[in-house]
Amino acid sequence: MSKTTRMTVEQAIRQALREEMLRDPTVLLMGEGSATKHRDLVGDFGPERVRNTPLAEAIIAGTAVGAAASGLRPVVDLLFAPFMTYAMDALVNSAGKLRYLSGGQFEFPLVAMGLTGSGWCVGAQHNHNLEAMFVHAPGLKVVMPSTPADFKGLLKAAIRDDDPVLFFTDLALLYQEGEVPDADDFVVPIGRAAVARAGGDVTLVGYAKTVGVCLQAAEQLAAHGVAAEVIDLRSLKPLDEETVLRSVRKTGRLVVVHEASGLCGMAAELAALAATKAFSSLRAPVVRLTGPDAPTPSSWMLEQQVVPRPEAVAEAALGLMADQPVRAPGREEDHRMVENAV
Amino acid sequence: MQSTPRSPLARLETMLLIRAYEQQLVALQQNGAPGTCTSVGQEACAVGVVDALDARDRILTNHRSAGHLIARGAAPERLMAEVLGRVDGYCGGRSGSLHISARELGVVLTSTIVGGELSMAPGVALAHKMGRGAPGGIVAVFFGDGAACEGIFHEALNLAVHWALPLLFVCENNQWQAFVHRLETMADPAIGEWARGHGLPVRSVDGNDAEAVHAAATEAVAHIRATGSPYFLELRTYRQRGHYEPDDQAYVDKAELQAWLQRDPIRVQGERLIGAGAIDAPGVAALERQAQERVEAALAFAQASPWPAAETLLDHVYA
Repeated sequence: MSKTTRMTVEQAIRQALREEMLRDPTVLLMGEGSATKHRDLVGDFGPERVRNTPLAEAIIAGTAVGAAASGLRPVVDLLFAPFMTYAMDALVNSAGKLRYLSGGQFEFPLVAMGLTGSGWCVGAQHNHNLEAMFVHAPGLKVVMPSTPADFKGLLKAAIRDDDPVLFFTDLALLYQEGEVPDADDFVVPIGRAAVARAGGDVTLVGYAKTVGVCLQAAEQLAAHGVAAEVIDLRSLKPLDEETVLRSVRKTGRLVVVHEASGLCGMAAELAALAATKAFSSLRAPVVRLTGPDAPTPSSWMLEQQVVPRPEAVAEAALGLMADQPVRAPGREEDHRMVENAV
Repeated sequence: MQSTPRSPLARLETMLLIRAYEQQLVALQQNGAPGTCTSVGQEACAVGVVDALDARDRILTNHRSAGHLIARGAAPERLMAEVLGRVDGYCGGRSGSLHISARELGVVLTSTIVGGELSMAPGVALAHKMGRGAPGGIVAVFFGDGAACEGIFHEALNLAVHWALPLLFVCENNQWQAFVHRLETMADPAIGEWARGHGLPVRSVDGNDAEAVHAAATEAVAHIRATGSPYFLELRTYRQRGHYEPDDQAYVDKAELQAWLQRDPIRVQGERLIGAGAIDAPGVAALERQAQERVEAALAFAQASPWPAAETLLDHVYA
């Protein structure tokens, strides 16, 4: 077993940036406060490669696209995901389309990072899970990890990738700790989901903070004698269809959980995937538990309602077990109490 | 790609080729081929600036890019094939007339998103500055008065000045922003003043005079190579045809159009050269015929070029 170190997601991101900048002199980091926040990187790699930018997301992203077309590998920190709408033209119309339109003459190896998700009570103009918008844009890859190890390994993979990658950080996970492999060559390939917990009765799929939600739900389900398999998507595009399908074919039951709103979201895509490629295995309808079609509020009390809760996931999963004997209740009262407490 | 100084006569020849090429596109469009946005009337801007660049330099341009491409040495055969969506086009037929890039010519982008070229240009210049291009190379970005009304115009100028990027901004102020005259949308004069406000050195010249443009561009390029910092050229010109083909231009002030047609850039250059004894009227007519023949050959080449195979539809979406 190789060595690991315990660290937060934030530390894992810093480590990935440092290692890749050390490994490849064409990697540069730009953003509103990138140099301010990464004094150590400025010291080690110089102000040319670690740049503060004007507060202007469109030109930050556009500059990254131009630099990527010309032999550099820029990483741009756009701070919060909703600010990416200002960068949409450069990311969607240029980075995503110009490799194709140029007939492969140019490539756009860049990473655009943004924080997103509930947890800081910052309201809808800082907290908007718009990852599915980018999934819908051709030419872009979209990554949204949940563990410190995956943050490090996927950011390194994103920087090395020859396509533009949107790298979303669920801000509620930023200071969560986990073991991260020490090896310099530790990379998590883009496009591969992880089985976070094995089980044979029901498949729970999440990404970012809802992986933790699903894992808690799986614990609750275990008390009912239901073995849930939890899948962490990690990459939203390319989507690891095989890992999801393998699980659904085994369990016959699928619950997809995310914080982004449901309409045309990842859960809808996975429901379609199960219906088109694993229909005969399904023993119950697919359930989607998602955030609402509403701007996210600032109020802590209301913001909590946006995130699907473990109890709701467990309840939904139990509902799919109608054709199976399920162990007597007892936990149900507990979870009602939890809900009342909130 | 030009790397040796070219004569005013060579510029006339190139302008005639650009004109003939675009008139052929217009004719094709009337027969149902994909639409196009021409740069008819703006040929002096293209040859004047592009002739001041050399092989080390890079170009980003906009939807009226035929002049920049041909002045850079693009083969009309491969341009025409691209417009017709054939495999021999510079982009294998994927770009059409509106997104042509040609890496071998240093043309990184034709952007149909107005301002898209301004969005990417600082990054290309940054890569040059960081040693990813040929030493001493600069980047020229062509855009219009319409793009100057986009927010990205100001963001690009600000960044180029602040980061000292080797970037030549070339605004072809052709008076028209799609179907709206620029005097309906902006103060006058504005564009040069805006650039000055960002701290750029600015020259504003007659964009229908190829030699005036070339002299100003040569000076601008020398400035950028010497200082590593950006420069702004405003070329006052006129879009002689509609926004795209077909467009009856019913919204255009006939007197204004007539006045600019009198100052057609090809006519200006022809009269200059005839006046200087460099060529005579039959000589100009012969060059015109030559250009026409080249374009007809280009069309034949393009029409003979195969369509891309259907199974290549998804090639080049991802690496």
